[in-house]
Amino acid sequence: MTLILGRKRGMTQLFAEDGTVTGVTVVEVGPCTVTQIRTVETDGYDAVQLGFGDIKDKHAAKPQLGHFKKNGVAPKRFLREERLMKPATQKVGDTVLATVFNVGDLVDVTGTMKGRGYAGTIKRHGFSRGPETHGCMNVRQPGSLASKRIGKVIKGKRLGGHYGATRETSKNLIVMRVDQERNLLYLKGSVAGPNTGYIQVRTARTGVKKVGPAVTPGKGKKA
Amino acid sequence: MDLIGQLDKENGKKQLPMVHVGDNVEVHYLIKEGDKERVQLFIGTVIALKGRGIRRNIIVRRIVQGEGVERIFPMHSPRVKDIVITRRGQIRRAKLYFLRDRVGKQTKVKELLGEKVRREREFDKAMRASTSNDEAGSTETAPGKPEKNVPVHA
Repeated sequence: MTLILGRKRGMTQLFAEDGTVTGVTVVEVGPCTVTQIRTVETDGYDAVQLGFGDIKDKHAAKPQLGHFKKNGVAPKRFLREERLMKPATQKVGDTVLATVFNVGDLVDVTGTMKGRGYAGTIKRHGFSRGPETHGCMNVRQPGSLASKRIGKVIKGKRLGGHYGATRETSKNLIVMRVDQERNLLYLKGSVAGPNTGYIQVRTARTGVKKVGPAVTPGKGKKA
Repeated sequence: MDLIGQLDKENGKKQLPMVHVGDNVEVHYLIKEGDKERVQLFIGTVIALKGRGIRRNIIVRRIVQGEGVERIFPMHSPRVKDIVITRRGQIRRAKLYFLRDRVGKQTKVKELLGEKVRREREFDKAMRASTSNDEAGSTETAPGKPEKNVPVHA
């Protein structure tokens, strides 16, 4: 398991030699700093804490500033941990770069979905709409909530409500290209969140590893 | 410049031909025939330009045996080897979808002439000549290199 933190930068396309097009998300990952090592003795579990994105001292919250000072690292905007099965091999202050992933690796990407506010059942759950004409009044209504016999609305009934702004994971995205110089990963498919959203990229938990992408090896970049 | 725009510039073709809506073009498109590849020409009128950056597409329309045929070509696709402008068109709108409703002589777009077009054509010619010279030089040093006829315009 490998974790790296970063930011979504946007989507584009890659052309293969045979003309097929792949939609890719470009994410800027790292360089991340190891800000803390958690151990079984002190914390009850083994983990590595990474930080991404430099900030000024004055922009860090006081408690966090104390945390950074204690470990002797520069303040970071985004901190996340990676749980490990055995004690960490890294040290505090180590740097993690985009090159921890190779072309063809499968990754899971976690981000925060764009918020959509209070949304109806059509946007939120993909319900279908009623007819707009012929005197119908149930255009965007959710329909019946239950049968008369049940007599109550069952828990978990899909209805309107707040939608988005939740943590979402896109699973098994293929790494199409690694840009070492600019710390970029090209991932096949989409990633939750806006183009500046903070994300976590980690080795896929499920899925077969090393599926070769049908794309021209990167121009001069790490193949 | 924004990062994605920058990446599109790097990943796409270095120079694209200056195609406009209304132009008559020859699109040199690489097709597969069995295990061989050859260049097929699609000759028609550009009726629309769509997309930005690496997603730039052109829609080319032609009449084949009385039937209108339209093809969409991604300009940055490696299969599109060249786009040659044979005639500039004088047009007054960005999308020529109205040509779909027309038959016969009416499908013709009026030719755009003038000093600007003449200069553009000369510039294009010069650029093509210079790149073909460059490639001729490079093929001597490294034979078997593909990427000929890469269209030009700054």
